[in-house]
Amino acid sequence: MEREMTVVITEESFQPLERKQKELPPAVMHSVWHDIRRELLSNKVALVSLILLLIIMIGALLAPLSPYDPYALDSSQKLQGISAAHWFGTDEFGRDYFTRVLYGGRVSLTVGFLSMLVTVTLGTAIGVFSGYAGGRVDALLMRFTDIFLALPSMLLMVILNTFLQPGLFTLVAVLSLFSWASVARITRAETMSLKERDFVTATKNLGASGLLIAVKHIIPNTLGPVIVAASLSVANAILMESSLSYLGLGVQIPLASWGSMLQGAQSHILDHPLLAVFPGLMILITVLSFNLLGDVLRNALEPKIVK
Amino acid sequence: MWKYFCKKTIQLVIVMILISFFSFAIIYFAPGDISMMYISQEMTEEQKANVMAELGLDKSMLEQYAAWAVRALHGDLGVSLSNKASVLPQIVKRLPSTMLLMGCSFLLSLILAIPLGLWSGYHKNTWIDNLISSVTYMGMSIPSFWFGMLLIILFSGILHILPSSGMHTVGDNSILDTAKHMIMPCITLSIGNLAVYIRYIRANTIGQLSEEYVLTAEAKGTSKVKILKNHVLKNTLLPIITLVGMNLASLVCGSFIIESVFGWPGIGSFAMEAIGKRDYPIIMAYVMMSGLILVIGNFIADILYAIADPRIKRGGADSGT
Amino acid sequence: MENLLEIKHLAVSYFTFGGEVQAVRDVSFSVKPGTTVALVGESGCGKSVTAKSIMGLVKKPGKIREGSEIIFEGTDVVRFSEKEWNRFRGKQCSMIFQDALVSLNPTMKIGKQIMENLDNHETGLSGREKRQMAVDVLKMTEIPDAEDCLDKYPHELSGGMRQRVMIAMALITDPKLLIADEPTTSLDVTIQNQILRLMKNLQKKLGMAILLITHDLGIVAGMADEIVVMYAGKIVEKGPCRDIFYHPRHPYTRALISSVPRLDERGGQKLRTIEGNIPDMTRPPAGCAFCDRCPHAMNICAQYMPEMKPAVNYDQGAGETDGAEGRNHRQKIGGTDGAAGTDHENKAEENRKTVHEAACWLMDERAGGNI
Repeated sequence: MEREMTVVITEESFQPLERKQKELPPAVMHSVWHDIRRELLSNKVALVSLILLLIIMIGALLAPLSPYDPYALDSSQKLQGISAAHWFGTDEFGRDYFTRVLYGGRVSLTVGFLSMLVTVTLGTAIGVFSGYAGGRVDALLMRFTDIFLALPSMLLMVILNTFLQPGLFTLVAVLSLFSWASVARITRAETMSLKERDFVTATKNLGASGLLIAVKHIIPNTLGPVIVAASLSVANAILMESSLSYLGLGVQIPLASWGSMLQGAQSHILDHPLLAVFPGLMILITVLSFNLLGDVLRNALEPKIVK
Repeated sequence: MWKYFCKKTIQLVIVMILISFFSFAIIYFAPGDISMMYISQEMTEEQKANVMAELGLDKSMLEQYAAWAVRALHGDLGVSLSNKASVLPQIVKRLPSTMLLMGCSFLLSLILAIPLGLWSGYHKNTWIDNLISSVTYMGMSIPSFWFGMLLIILFSGILHILPSSGMHTVGDNSILDTAKHMIMPCITLSIGNLAVYIRYIRANTIGQLSEEYVLTAEAKGTSKVKILKNHVLKNTLLPIITLVGMNLASLVCGSFIIESVFGWPGIGSFAMEAIGKRDYPIIMAYVMMSGLILVIGNFIADILYAIADPRIKRGGADSGT
Repeated sequence: MENLLEIKHLAVSYFTFGGEVQAVRDVSFSVKPGTTVALVGESGCGKSVTAKSIMGLVKKPGKIREGSEIIFEGTDVVRFSEKEWNRFRGKQCSMIFQDALVSLNPTMKIGKQIMENLDNHETGLSGREKRQMAVDVLKMTEIPDAEDCLDKYPHELSGGMRQRVMIAMALITDPKLLIADEPTTSLDVTIQNQILRLMKNLQKKLGMAILLITHDLGIVAGMADEIVVMYAGKIVEKGPCRDIFYHPRHPYTRALISSVPRLDERGGQKLRTIEGNIPDMTRPPAGCAFCDRCPHAMNICAQYMPEMKPAVNYDQGAGETDGAEGRNHRQKIGGTDGAAGTDHENKAEENRKTVHEAACWLMDERAGGNI
């Protein structure tokens, strides 16, 4: 509707329009970390996931404060139910199950974070190199990456583990070996687009070396997708670790992860089902939280998604 | 189309050769070799060397591979270290039950995922979509073997309505009995793939609904139901064929673990036992068999996709638009 | 003559996170049966949204504002139910889109897509009859081997052929109005001409009205009976084709006309473009939306949109209200009391002279005849 409004007409009115320089809104430089913090605090799902993860991590860190020894056997206390003394009951060797779960969390989370670190480092290095080098090197590396993506990784991990001395570091190495490919894909794509941007070209013209450009300009700018990949990769590593440990190919006794605790619980599944419930629940909560965090961050950091 | 088919066939052959080489590597690098079975402490060095030569173990890796490949093609995959029986018949005997489990769970996840994914995508951001999305997140994050254990606790431990392991009750060979045994492993094996399929179909449905051709159909006065049924459905499901091919790997890996959880007498639990005993010929045969299931499944998916999607029919010969 | 389509005070807004985007602001115009009206403006000016409103295809978060009326043969379609829309779309009024490749379902045969329109609106036709009708309509759009074409997929046809298929699909139900949204934009120039000529011929044969939506005034010249020029969601000028071309009054129209590349121009001349961008439609300016980019803008332009006044019809002499309407800077400024307006207008004589001269210069240059 055309609004009838009073316009005070003066001589000025017919002067050529004075064009005010449009004031551009002050450009706020959002760092990736700023975006992440804002999204984590404003998104309820993310906040709940984060709190759950913090509780689990703090619990695992503070495990030694428990009055019980996670490894001492006590046949008089075996397979007890839930009580004030034993919050999750005891296992078939009379060990306090709550304490065991806390210690199991230490192993599971350590494996998860370590293999995430290796995965992300390896994946980013290969991805950035491949994307920056381009041409034949890129084609070859990506073909290689595709093969790794298509492999039945779980199966091969199991086979590989039969050849190797089982243990925490074997586990981390094997998990990372079969997970770097997806990170490499993501960072490569990001590098390809960054490579063509002006600031990279400018630095190149100033005579910076490829390595310098990669380290100073490209890697910091791939941070967003890499953080997302890292979150999902922790989830994936913990899930894989639990499967491997369940099959007896993970850390060795007396050390236990949530997965290997489930292996022990298998034989009591019908008479003492709670032994199977607690560690599994921990895995579910942890993996779910990391998955949700990853997706929330993806939505926050990906400008293309219209909210 | 023909060209495409040939290209895919050549790829198939190459991948198969790679798989066979990898399988051979398992035997080749396995600690302790077959000669252990024939060599005893009392033998002289000369006798030992003779045995080695007889078995072809003194030749180079490639020569050994060639000899092995010829034998493998004739169906000779060696002898199990633990029970001294030929490997191939043992694998072949257990293959049908694995295929049955994998097939059923595959069908189950597809049958559930298609309507749920479509529904979820069509009603984007409603409570029903959010509910389905939450369930898929759970499905993605739950360790499948643990989910299986929970099912056992619930249906066998508490409710006593389903058997917790095996494929048959002793003395009962009815199909119904097998079906009862199969319910839990089948659900467990489906859960992960189900979540992946639903997410994929949902995203695809949302993508297809925002395509221009949907607007055209609307401009013709086509009703919403008809648009979904006649236009969106086919275009949404076409890429699923490829996804299914790619996801076969997780099905194969999944069956490996799930069979152990439920004591399902398939090749997965058989291989698991072999791994426990470090019975390398059986592990090798299992890897080969899984690899074959995988690549052949992928091959079929590719061919099906080409038949279903009219845009691929031209194969490599791109005529100008 | 009775109007086939009459749009009154149409306003459409998109409610996004960034705020309310006022895509169409108070647009009124009409289409008479059997005529062609061109809706012209650069991208983002609201012309496509106007077209979609007529078809009821404005999707969330878009909304047609209260008070808008779209009257098609005496019925206000804005209040249609979903069922009524489905009966209306494709039967009373059909639409063709810019890019025929993405507008056709890639995995459905052409024939099925054309016959879908029949399935939706004509009951009791046998498969054979439907097929025959599809062949006939394809022949009408001058497609060679119409019979074969039915069993092809969209990607097997060329761009021009695909657009013919789109036209056939739209016309098989013999609609009274065809809305063509940038029908030739994705085609190369020779094919553009063929398609436009085809549309013109089909109009003569079938007698439907055409609402042609385009950013290219060049293609409008031979096609349209009337032109409606839109800018930033508003109509800046409308009138018979000749008037708009020979006597454009709003600077935006002039700018549009002068940005049409011409064959008779001497070489070495730069293609004229309009500097700047359209304003932010979440906060549309109070005055004339074009004033930011207008070389003749006066201070008052930023505050007040010149009124739409029926003006001299250059073809038939003065007094014919049926003729052009335009928002003219030289019109008396309304809104305050008349005397003051006149007064100031006199004082502003010098400024107006520059405007006037600039306009004259443009018109002289165009005098070679554009049509």
